[in-house]
Amino acid sequence: MAKTISQILLDTPKVDKVGVEERVARIQTRSVKGPSKSQGLKMVLNMIDLTTLEGKDTQGKVRQMCYKAHHLHDAIPNLPAVAAVCVYPSMVKLAKKELRNTQVKIASVSTAFPSGQAPLEVKIIDTKFAVDNGADEIDMVISRGRFLQGEFQYVYDEIAQIKEACGKARLKVILETGELATLDNVRLASDIAIHAGADFIKTSTGKIQPAATMQVTYTMLMAIQDHFAETGNMIGMKPAGGISTAKLALHNLIMVKEVLGDDWLTNEWFRFGASSLANDVLMQIIKNESGYYASPDYISID
Amino acid sequence: MKNKEKWPLSPSMESTQHISLKKQYALFIDGKWVAPNSGKYFPSINPADESHIADISHANEKDVDLAVRAARKAFPSWSGLAPSERAKYLFRIARIMQEKSRELAVIETLDGGKPIRESRDIDVPLACNHFFYYAGWADKLAYAFPNRQVEPLGVAGQIIPWNFPLLMAAWKIAPALATGNTVVLKPAETTSLTALKLAEIIEEAGLPKGVVNIITGFGDTGSALVNHPDINKIAFTGSTNVGKIIQRAIAGTGKKATLELGGKSANIIFDDAPIDQAVEGIVNGIFFNQGHVCCAGSRLFVQENIADKVIRKLKLRMKSLYVGNPLDKNTDIGAINSKEQLKTIESYISIGKKEGAEIYQPACDLPKKGFYCLPTLFLHVAQSHTVVQEEIFGPVLTIQTFRTIDEVIQKANNTPYGLAAGVWTDKGSRIFNLTTKLKAGVVWANTYNKFDPTSPFGGYKESGFGREGGIHGLAAYVKLS
Amino acid sequence: MSRIEVLKTYKVYIGGQFPRTESGRYHTITSKKGEPLANVCLCSRKDVRNAVVAARKAQGAWAERAAFNRGQILYRIAEMLEGRKSQFIEELLSLGFTQKNAQTEIDLSIERLVYYAGWCDKYNQIVSSVNPVSSAHFNFSTCEPMGVIGIIADNNSPLLGLISSLAPAIAGGNTVVVLSSVDYPLNAVTFAEVLHASDVPGGVVNILTGSLHETAPTLASHMDINAFVASNISHEFSTSLQLNAVDNLKRFFHYTIDWNQQNSQGLHFIGDLQEVKTTWHPIEQIGGATSSY
Repeated sequence: MAKTISQILLDTPKVDKVGVEERVARIQTRSVKGPSKSQGLKMVLNMIDLTTLEGKDTQGKVRQMCYKAHHLHDAIPNLPAVAAVCVYPSMVKLAKKELRNTQVKIASVSTAFPSGQAPLEVKIIDTKFAVDNGADEIDMVISRGRFLQGEFQYVYDEIAQIKEACGKARLKVILETGELATLDNVRLASDIAIHAGADFIKTSTGKIQPAATMQVTYTMLMAIQDHFAETGNMIGMKPAGGISTAKLALHNLIMVKEVLGDDWLTNEWFRFGASSLANDVLMQIIKNESGYYASPDYISID
Repeated sequence: MKNKEKWPLSPSMESTQHISLKKQYALFIDGKWVAPNSGKYFPSINPADESHIADISHANEKDVDLAVRAARKAFPSWSGLAPSERAKYLFRIARIMQEKSRELAVIETLDGGKPIRESRDIDVPLACNHFFYYAGWADKLAYAFPNRQVEPLGVAGQIIPWNFPLLMAAWKIAPALATGNTVVLKPAETTSLTALKLAEIIEEAGLPKGVVNIITGFGDTGSALVNHPDINKIAFTGSTNVGKIIQRAIAGTGKKATLELGGKSANIIFDDAPIDQAVEGIVNGIFFNQGHVCCAGSRLFVQENIADKVIRKLKLRMKSLYVGNPLDKNTDIGAINSKEQLKTIESYISIGKKEGAEIYQPACDLPKKGFYCLPTLFLHVAQSHTVVQEEIFGPVLTIQTFRTIDEVIQKANNTPYGLAAGVWTDKGSRIFNLTTKLKAGVVWANTYNKFDPTSPFGGYKESGFGREGGIHGLAAYVKLS
Repeated sequence: MSRIEVLKTYKVYIGGQFPRTESGRYHTITSKKGEPLANVCLCSRKDVRNAVVAARKAQGAWAERAAFNRGQILYRIAEMLEGRKSQFIEELLSLGFTQKNAQTEIDLSIERLVYYAGWCDKYNQIVSSVNPVSSAHFNFSTCEPMGVIGIIADNNSPLLGLISSLAPAIAGGNTVVVLSSVDYPLNAVTFAEVLHASDVPGGVVNILTGSLHETAPTLASHMDINAFVASNISHEFSTSLQLNAVDNLKRFFHYTIDWNQQNSQGLHFIGDLQEVKTTWHPIEQIGGATSSY
């Protein structure tokens, strides 16, 4: 049962930032070694939404990225493909074509990404366009201005309408936490997004710093934990922006494991929004297999 | 080790290759390593697997006398040394400890059973920092005690417990030396090793002989130290019972004392608290160092309207705690310090059950060898339960609910102890109301179990007297006129 | 026809009232010529018990008073004492004190009250600290009164010793149970009347008279007393009281001191009866500035 805004405002807990930082620091002392490291690194690859979201994106760029998405590093057999590619709506059709006959999903940003400063009607059209072109997943942005004006009901209704426009596509709701400024706001926005219909909540557009800090992701994971405890419904999580090393990615997975449990450790429920993470993970995998530290010159950069 | 994990964490053991330990340790007296007069040695056991680590000397009355004489002999020149020079010795010790910090951490974990994560990230850095902090005080005492004449007391006899062996040694030795006293220190019998390593560091630092003497042994050794007529000061950290024995022993002798004793500290959660951080605070409060913490937040008070939620979250959080080999970098709860202590904890757990308290322990396998105890909750207990009243010194938490502020203040203070307390609420004025009214020497508001060399620590009532740490910690080692 | 003098009854002071001792016992104080001057209560264990209950009851509210207000009340005691100086001096003269000694005793007592009155809203500024811890926490240490203090007033000093022990205790927010000088109790009881007229809330100061052999060990071993102060008692007596004090780990102070000396007053007499409390609270930093990524 979805909660109303007034109920959400009553239930949303306060967040103490220093306490969150301590918890995160403790998670970051976890040591992932041996078999669990190999397994973890492959999980990371399989959870990546390989992303290009630039004004200068071209068909060529998108085509190359799509090939990389299911040929991460052919020198090592049995590597998983990434979970999805993430592109602008105008590139969805192309990506869909390039990735037919693969497991890789097509995610599209929408709702006047990244600022979200457009009327709702435009956002709905934006979303429907992407879905009609074959997007499996929609990454929308919330209206941060409205949120900071205190218009929580507007933010809630907008998400609900976009969810409706998504049809079968899964909806990821980007909070753009770097603009929300406090963890209290991050938590409130998470709860609003979840109750308004998000399938995933996502930290950032990648255009604003700070992006997916562990502190922010932890706060959002706690919202998911509470929702699951209250309703039994799982919500997915996608930190995006700033996660570029294998070590940080593994710490994120540890965090998911400790906060939500092993059930969330699949790309159905957890994703990394990243462009350069895959190659750092590949370097670690190569090191694990060969025993030598790897060089970036041996890994493709599409 | 947990059940049914899709992605289990592989063991990640801290290496023990780089540590150097002797097979047998003599006593450190007058700058030399001397065999005990008693001729007796006792084994130090690794509580994680019951293996034998080294043999430790059992000092008798004669050894204690030698150590006290050495400290007395060293006192005039040490107290007469230019304070800035005393400071430099302490800085030196701090630096060497930092250089050897990993070795110290590994030995602390081997000898005492605490997780390497804690000895590496908490115990050892805090111990180094403590020396660093007090080093700087040595030549600034006039600023600490304006308008008073400051003199050292003389020879300090210091007896420390097994829960933070190196850290407690630092808490005792650093302020004593900074103020110009000389020291005879006795570590606890189950955890002598890091104190003995500290003696090696003191040797390496070139501290004048006799300024610090470290003697090992049991209660009889400690008792000989307390009763030695040429001791000017007793500093003791340990149980309230032994604290009282010491107080009786020194009554009328003019020996000064600081006692840092037991506790049964309240951790209070209000309904407006940042609930997830409060749950972390509960975990840090009671499961830090297997609950072998005098200021452990062992009595949890939760406002009744959020009790179910807090307990649900706490149980969930406990499932992600790793209990096991303390040398594994991922271990959250290591080994109970000794077989004896494990027995004590287990007997309290059975008393709790017998008194009808509802118990919760997460499902998880414990190592076959060694001394381990599952993190334990006693739910829905009352002030009258034994497990609520007595210090257990293990990973055992009692949970009571409350309705109003006045009620929880009364209940929190309703104990002979007064060491620490925790308060969790988002409301500033309520925090200050509580922190003022709670009868405890340390109050953590929206945090728990934090320590720092600059922060005075010590209790009210039967938790002892005197403060350690900070500017207030100097007073314990000086004579003012 | 000569007027029949109205004699004064010297009673004890408990909870802001002047009851007789529970025991009904008394002892007679005589003048230097050996004439009976007054019958003073010979207090019992039960009087100690009642006094501690009264002191405990008054303690919380006294500690919570504004420090400024406590200072005003201490100053008020000094004012009232000044006004009734002659009565105190007369009592001392009848006991055989010289005019000069009696005068000095009372003058110094007044000065001492004024001295500690001035400390009430200052001592915490001097002994408190903000501690620069290495983590993102605001950490400060302040003083709090220990609670209820048992005091054995200096036997050789009818008023100055009593006030020198009592004033720093109550200035710091403690309440007290005082066993007055055994040999010179008259000033102590008259002082209670001064307190009673000085806006000192009932129970903050409780004064008992009579022999110490019953009251002192009872007070020293009372589990609801937080600290114990004695001055100029014998080593044996001090040791036995110290042993009495062990069971609840009372803080124990025995001053060997000449209260007429300038250095017999000071901040440390207040500080001895204070607990240091350290409080921690997180400091939130803005935005993601502190994140490690």
